[in-house]
Amino acid sequence: MTRLVVAQALGPERAVRDPGRFKRWVLIYVGAAVLLAAVSLVVGTSSLRTSLAWLMSPDVLSNAVLWDIRLPRTLGAWSAGALLGLAGAIAQSVFRNPLADPYLLGSATGAALGVTVSLLATDASLAGFAWLGQLGLTGAAFVGASAGVALTLALSRGALQTPSLLLAGVVVAFLLGAFTSLLLLSSPETWRTMQSFMLGSTSFLGWRAVVLLTAILAVSLPPSGLLSRGLDALTLGEDTALSLGIPLGALRLALLGLLSLTTAAAVSQVGVVGFVGLVAPHLVRESAHVNSRQLVIAAPLCGGALLQAADILSRCIIRPSELPVGVVTACLGGTYLVLLLWRKARRE
Amino acid sequence: MGAPASRSIRRAIVAALRVLVCAFAAGAAGAAPIVLFDSAHHEHRFEHPPERIASLLPALTETVCELKECHRLVVVDRYSNWPKSVALLPKAGGLEDVDVEQIVSARPDVVLLGNAPRVEERLRSLGLVVFELESETFADIGRNVSVLGAMLGVPQRAERLNRQIEDSVAEVAAATRARLRGHAPLVYFEVDPAPYGAGPQSFMGQMLARVGARNILPANLGPFPRLNPEYVVRANPDVILVSAADASQLVQRPGWDRIRAVRESHICTFPPEVRDTIVRPGPRVAEGFEALSQCLLRMAP
Repeated sequence: MTRLVVAQALGPERAVRDPGRFKRWVLIYVGAAVLLAAVSLVVGTSSLRTSLAWLMSPDVLSNAVLWDIRLPRTLGAWSAGALLGLAGAIAQSVFRNPLADPYLLGSATGAALGVTVSLLATDASLAGFAWLGQLGLTGAAFVGASAGVALTLALSRGALQTPSLLLAGVVVAFLLGAFTSLLLLSSPETWRTMQSFMLGSTSFLGWRAVVLLTAILAVSLPPSGLLSRGLDALTLGEDTALSLGIPLGALRLALLGLLSLTTAAAVSQVGVVGFVGLVAPHLVRESAHVNSRQLVIAAPLCGGALLQAADILSRCIIRPSELPVGVVTACLGGTYLVLLLWRKARRE
Repeated sequence: MGAPASRSIRRAIVAALRVLVCAFAAGAAGAAPIVLFDSAHHEHRFEHPPERIASLLPALTETVCELKECHRLVVVDRYSNWPKSVALLPKAGGLEDVDVEQIVSARPDVVLLGNAPRVEERLRSLGLVVFELESETFADIGRNVSVLGAMLGVPQRAERLNRQIEDSVAEVAAATRARLRGHAPLVYFEVDPAPYGAGPQSFMGQMLARVGARNILPANLGPFPRLNPEYVVRANPDVILVSAADASQLVQRPGWDRIRAVRESHICTFPPEVRDTIVRPGPRVAEGFEALSQCLLRMAP
């Protein structure tokens, strides 16, 4: 209910259609990502001067810090943010609700449950998994996320009715969350590990995570682009889409499959990072009037840059300690939504 | 050499003795009530030493038992696992999810616990005597032994226990330092794979300092800071202390294969029962010291 009220308050997109504008913004997002990646190389536990000196005259230690820690970390943050941005774009288009986010259908709590079960089964922690473990964790998260979405679909008897789908999603999220807590109660050690998972963390993103995340991004972008035409039809309303001969049920199932895959991949690597999937498509729609295909391209670019920026902030605000990246994204995303509401109120 | 810690233990003992003297002075007129202050500065008056004790903190459970008063325990928290005999007692959850009903039905004369305002308030409102004894630092160990000794009417035993703890700790610390011959290994103690490390102010940090190790973390980060993993790589510790589950995964963390401790497999893990003696500021602290010392001597170059 709150979501709907706030969604109405946020209002329709104001920007006018202008192809040049879209291209300009894509360039801006890409430029921001490159710039943030460069900044990320010199931001960490060392002072700016030390970091610059390392770039000039590398040694064993600086090589490890710059190229094995900071670079994969920022690239991993970008890929995870891009996946969340894509998932957010899909979710908001499918539900025609600007406050829909990737975690809406129980996919995040499902992924968290998957990760918890695999941690309990292997008696391990998230921090350092080898290849197989890394894949296993993503797999477990994907199975969990898909199970969450499937349960939601079963509860709402298919993907056709938006309100019942959203309601079922909320119920499933609560149920799976409670089940996760129940499992964790039996293992205090895993509880602490999961705590950092639920707050989101980019701390241990390495090259393996980067390869995995970019591979899944590469796999899910083309079908998302192909299905975006259907999304455009969906924005006209479910009845119109049906009357245009769009196979609504199949389209939604395919999109929800993509939604679970992208969400699960991101969640398995960086934990439950909030607000990126919600805010990225918003920012894109605020800056340029886009169709669904353009949104599917621009939202990942925007989400990637957002999570990169949050990652940099998380390492430098209380250097050399660090904040959970999910806390930073929640602060940034929350502030953005408050500003949006305030601007809307003032306009009225 | 470890002077601040033993000095604070001594100071705690003196403070406790002063309480005792007050108690005896007050009791000189008639039956001797024992007046004690808990770590929240609440005054408590015990007409008799409590016969039925509930302990919701493992370190306090262990202290009561080391004072040879284990038979007075009627209920403990789920983390109390030493000595073995407490396994037979009813368990009342932990401080986060305390089983109030279990505690009330055990009819304790006093409930011992750490800092947990919500639990304390609930138990007090049910008419129970709640005695808070924080157990977080080295100094807390000696203070808790003295206070519990006074409460249970065995002050001499407490004094003896404290002297014994202090002597064994000092002995292990001195022996370790001597064998390290001035070489102070640089150590990272990981308490959680997020990663959270143990800083110099934490109990583990205090123990490490006393056996002559250098902590990679500065004191200004607080007792258990959440670290940027890059910090550990840059600090390049000689020895890493970590849970057994995480030990094998250290080398998988980005860049961690360059850390000296990881490269040379200078990684100490402890079985759970030993780990308890290292992370619990309780009367078995000397055993924890011994384990830490063994680790450093084995791993140091």
